[in-house]
Amino acid sequence: MTSRFRSKEFWTPAMITGGGLLMALILIAIIAPSTMKQAAEQLTPHAALGPSAEHWLGTDDFGRDLLARALVATRLTLLMTAGAAAISVVSGVVIGLAIWLSGRRVREIALRILETAVAYPSLIFALVIAAVLEPGVSSAVIAIGIAGIPGFARITANLASAVSSSDYVVTARLLGVSPVRIAARHMLPNMAEPLLILSATVFALSLVEISALSFIGLGVQSPEYDFGRLLNDSLGALYTQPVEAVGPSVMIALTGLSVMLIGDALAAHADPRAKRSFFRRVLDRNRTVPLAESDTALVRVKNLRVSIPGRQELVKGVSFSINPGEVVALVGESGSGKSLTAMAVAGLPSEDLAVDADLLRVGDMNMLAAPDQSRLAKEISIVYQDPGTTFNPSLRMGSQLTEVLRTHLGMGRAEAREVIVNALASVNITQPAHRLRQHPHELSGGMRQRAMIAASIVTSPKLIVADEPTTALDVTVQAEVLRQFRRIHREQGTAMLFISHDLAVVEALCDTILVMKSGEIVERLTAAELAARKVTHSYTKALLAAIPTLELGSAPATSGAPTS
Amino acid sequence: MTSSIVVEASRTPGVGAGSAGGRFIRHPWVGFVLRRLGGLVLSFVVLTVVTFLIVPLIPGDPAVIAAGDGASPAQVASVRAELGLDLPVLTQFVNYVSGVLRLDMGNSFVSGESVSTLIFTRFPFTAEIALLAIVLVLLLSVPLGMIVAILTRGGRNKWLDNIFNFLTSLIYSVPQYVVATLLVVVFAVTLRWFPAAGATTLSSLVLPTAALMLGPVCVISRIVRRETAVVLNKDYIRTARGWRLGALRTNLRYVLPNLVTTTLTLSGLILAAQLGGAVVIETVFAWPGLGQGIVNAILQRDYPVIRGIILILGLLATLIITMVDLILAIIDPRNLGGTSSDV
Amino acid sequence: MNANAQIPPAVLGPQPAGLGRRAALAAGKAEGPAAPHAASVTNLNVRFGAAHVLKDVIMAVPAGTVVGLVGESGSGKSTLGKTLVGINKPASGEITIGGEDFTRMHGKRRRQMRREVQYIPQDPYSSLSPRRTTGQTLAEALDPHGANPMEHREVIAAALERVKLDPSAAEKYPHEFSGGQRQRIAIARALMLEPRLVIADEITSALDVSVQADIIRLLQGMRGKVDSAMLFISHNLAVVQQVCDEVMVMYQGRIVEQGLIESVYRNPQHDYTKKLLASVPGSPAFTLD
Repeated sequence: MTSRFRSKEFWTPAMITGGGLLMALILIAIIAPSTMKQAAEQLTPHAALGPSAEHWLGTDDFGRDLLARALVATRLTLLMTAGAAAISVVSGVVIGLAIWLSGRRVREIALRILETAVAYPSLIFALVIAAVLEPGVSSAVIAIGIAGIPGFARITANLASAVSSSDYVVTARLLGVSPVRIAARHMLPNMAEPLLILSATVFALSLVEISALSFIGLGVQSPEYDFGRLLNDSLGALYTQPVEAVGPSVMIALTGLSVMLIGDALAAHADPRAKRSFFRRVLDRNRTVPLAESDTALVRVKNLRVSIPGRQELVKGVSFSINPGEVVALVGESGSGKSLTAMAVAGLPSEDLAVDADLLRVGDMNMLAAPDQSRLAKEISIVYQDPGTTFNPSLRMGSQLTEVLRTHLGMGRAEAREVIVNALASVNITQPAHRLRQHPHELSGGMRQRAMIAASIVTSPKLIVADEPTTALDVTVQAEVLRQFRRIHREQGTAMLFISHDLAVVEALCDTILVMKSGEIVERLTAAELAARKVTHSYTKALLAAIPTLELGSAPATSGAPTS
Repeated sequence: MTSSIVVEASRTPGVGAGSAGGRFIRHPWVGFVLRRLGGLVLSFVVLTVVTFLIVPLIPGDPAVIAAGDGASPAQVASVRAELGLDLPVLTQFVNYVSGVLRLDMGNSFVSGESVSTLIFTRFPFTAEIALLAIVLVLLLSVPLGMIVAILTRGGRNKWLDNIFNFLTSLIYSVPQYVVATLLVVVFAVTLRWFPAAGATTLSSLVLPTAALMLGPVCVISRIVRRETAVVLNKDYIRTARGWRLGALRTNLRYVLPNLVTTTLTLSGLILAAQLGGAVVIETVFAWPGLGQGIVNAILQRDYPVIRGIILILGLLATLIITMVDLILAIIDPRNLGGTSSDV
Repeated sequence: MNANAQIPPAVLGPQPAGLGRRAALAAGKAEGPAAPHAASVTNLNVRFGAAHVLKDVIMAVPAGTVVGLVGESGSGKSTLGKTLVGINKPASGEITIGGEDFTRMHGKRRRQMRREVQYIPQDPYSSLSPRRTTGQTLAEALDPHGANPMEHREVIAAALERVKLDPSAAEKYPHEFSGGQRQRIAIARALMLEPRLVIADEITSALDVSVQADIIRLLQGMRGKVDSAMLFISHNLAVVQQVCDEVMVMYQGRIVEQGLIESVYRNPQHDYTKKLLASVPGSPAFTLD
């Protein structure tokens, strides 16, 4: 916690502005009442004056200095707000945790009630309480504090439920740690940060609502005054002396803003995604590259480098080529740079990365420039790792799988569907026409991946880039998907760049195997060399040794072997 | 005004409410409708109990208040008998509930007018500005949030990011009644473009609606922006990029549909919370709606009116949320499963 | 159904040398010959709403052995593991741990019994509380009420030693460790209480192959030094072969085959087992054409 305050990233402009404002307001709250009380509360004959050097914001009907009144009111407003926010947060956390700790039945009923309560406008809820109690400082604090409890209790219950399903809480429960101890040891510490951020929001809301109560005359009563009360006073004189509204308005806005900015900054700090920075790539101007007659390769990569700008090089000068019809594998462990290399070849690198190379071409398309989108879509197809997330959940399979055909090949809806139905049938998907009417979640993972493969072949691409296409699949499904890749290669002669961490998988499918480690290609092997275990680099040897292989002694009886 | 807290509450998945009882129901719509009806009934019960409790809980004797200042003990006694306040609490509750079910919520202590009539005359005014504000808020904030998210994706255009964050924080942290007051000062008092108060002409709608809108536009556009940023990071957006579909097609077909559920759910909660905002706004503009009605009633300790308006506002809030759930279920049947808050 | 599936595994062959002494000791212990199994399950059914996830499962884990549980995703293998530790509630059936029916236990007895079955989750990144040191995490396993690492310093050091980690690891927080090291800590925690049974739920599948190899070596090295039996849930048949003595094949909520690794892998009886074995790249029956 302490090291965070020293870190540069923590002190963003929002944090500095918000923190500075809040400090200033707290100082005013401490100092103003003792030094300006006289000017703020003494009745003088200088009534209803406009702004002047002596009274910057003028005076009210009783001749009191309006600026002084606004500043003095800061103490009462901040104290009331802090009190109400504390009631909401503390009771909310206690109730939220209690709900989580109670049994399933009680929990469900309690959550239902909370849900109803949250839906109810909290200000009206506060009005009910204010209507029951006598108007005044303490009843305003209690009313707003109580009105904020359901919201915070619900947040706590939701956070608790998210944290409680994490493995470490489950394990602690299995060890027999009592629920109260789990809450204290495991849950609260891990919920503290989001709860703190949300407390800032609660403070801002309490401020608005307490002031609202006073503003409509149900909160602080004369002669006491807070920002809302002052604003209410100004309402009567709005036509004659509109400047009277300025003081309390600005003070409320500044207080709210300071807390909002702090909350925003804390939230941004907790979210790693917010820290990403965009890198504007300098694109090569030539969309195509001239091809030497001797250069028959489909893909040529020379000295490819991918880096986080200004920080770290992730791919360090990789060179290779793919001949038409060749199946090339990039193999390595996580962090080896194999996927980054593949996505650079496919022209889809992540936007915060810098890509550079002496040459990076697919056919005559210069992948360091912005090649023609239609050509890219037709000539390079991509199959991704996780079929569970690669499809848009809200569109039917049919309209997604036919996108490229309709957008880039100019086919009509009916024609594109017919092409896709045939392609789906060719990858052994049953009832293909029916599948097109389904949403992605209605298909199994293996089926979705085969559908992706079907969509990738309908444009007769020159290159298929497959990024760990079988990693998320079961072994039996993996075998089926690999068979589809093999069949496509045999029937259409499509070149492939196949990314995998599994040497056994690529051994069966690929012609050439490139082993990557820490952003470099450390060894190039032919399928025959790999099969014969003729490897030279120590990393490849280690990798081969690490892969557990199935040892069956004698082959199993083939009579019962599946034929699928 | 509960917006932000409500937003955060809905971010994390619920604790599994709504799954219970589902196993016996075959058709998803049956379960959905039953759950929603159950929710409505529960809200109604809670609201009825809470509004009933207002009178027994107030400090002092409601009969004294009802009889007015300077009433003799005999007058107070007759008022007490007339209002049924001398009956046991349980009987009072039964009478209250049966009254509510017959749309009879008693008469105002102050004017003697029937509470139902009072609500019926005031309700259209509140509905007018609230509906107008809801429509305009959605029309403005969804495109705004999406555009900002797309322009700032992956850390692009940091300046826009900062300006958007600062401006929305600033406007949102200015309470609606302050916005309202400032609008009156600028547009009604100084420029004299619009009337400052009352509900006389069509132009008197402008300022109250504007005051009611500004805050929600900021909150909802922030939500849309954040949700868009989340969607833009999904794998299926990369798939669409891999198909080189172009920005417009990608955003309309792959981003927008996946925003609808969260955005509408949260907007429903926020807009329901706006009913609270309306209370204050109406005071500023002397707008003869329910908000002004309840404030006057509280100041005059007119308990039958307080009860009636709180009941009707609560039912309205519940209705808005149920409507949002219904719209979501029609748009995307996957929403039939859980409650609106299980986003 | 085939022959293998119905024969209790203990009868299938000589007791493997296995993870430890408990197998040998069990016969001489007070609970007598009635408890050669660390855990056994009869006619276990688990339902989630309308889904019937486990269907009349019968199986046993002999004391001191490592039994692999393989099957495709959705086959119910993880559900079986979670039901054994008590995370899921069975709809019907009997779970016997150390000869006693766990499903009929209540209160203190049940809590005690719970400690006899420990669970290692798949993801090493969420299995350790981010705000607690390794020492605190391990101390909690020893003493769920106190959890003071100072009192148990030596036991904790020994537990870390067992998974080849330095005793200084006790002072560090999870984020200071790699995925493989975290998984070692999770293993250390599960073994600390010397439970009858440890459920290892896909503990190597989130790891890189070289890290996976380390964990496999660690588990192999523990053979004969640990009393606990282990149910090793995995989708990787090769890993199961390297770590386990016996294997069970699960398919659509049923155990379709069960036996010593050698006999099941060499001579699979059920069609699904055959298909599974033929799908492993590198296995003799594997072909893409």
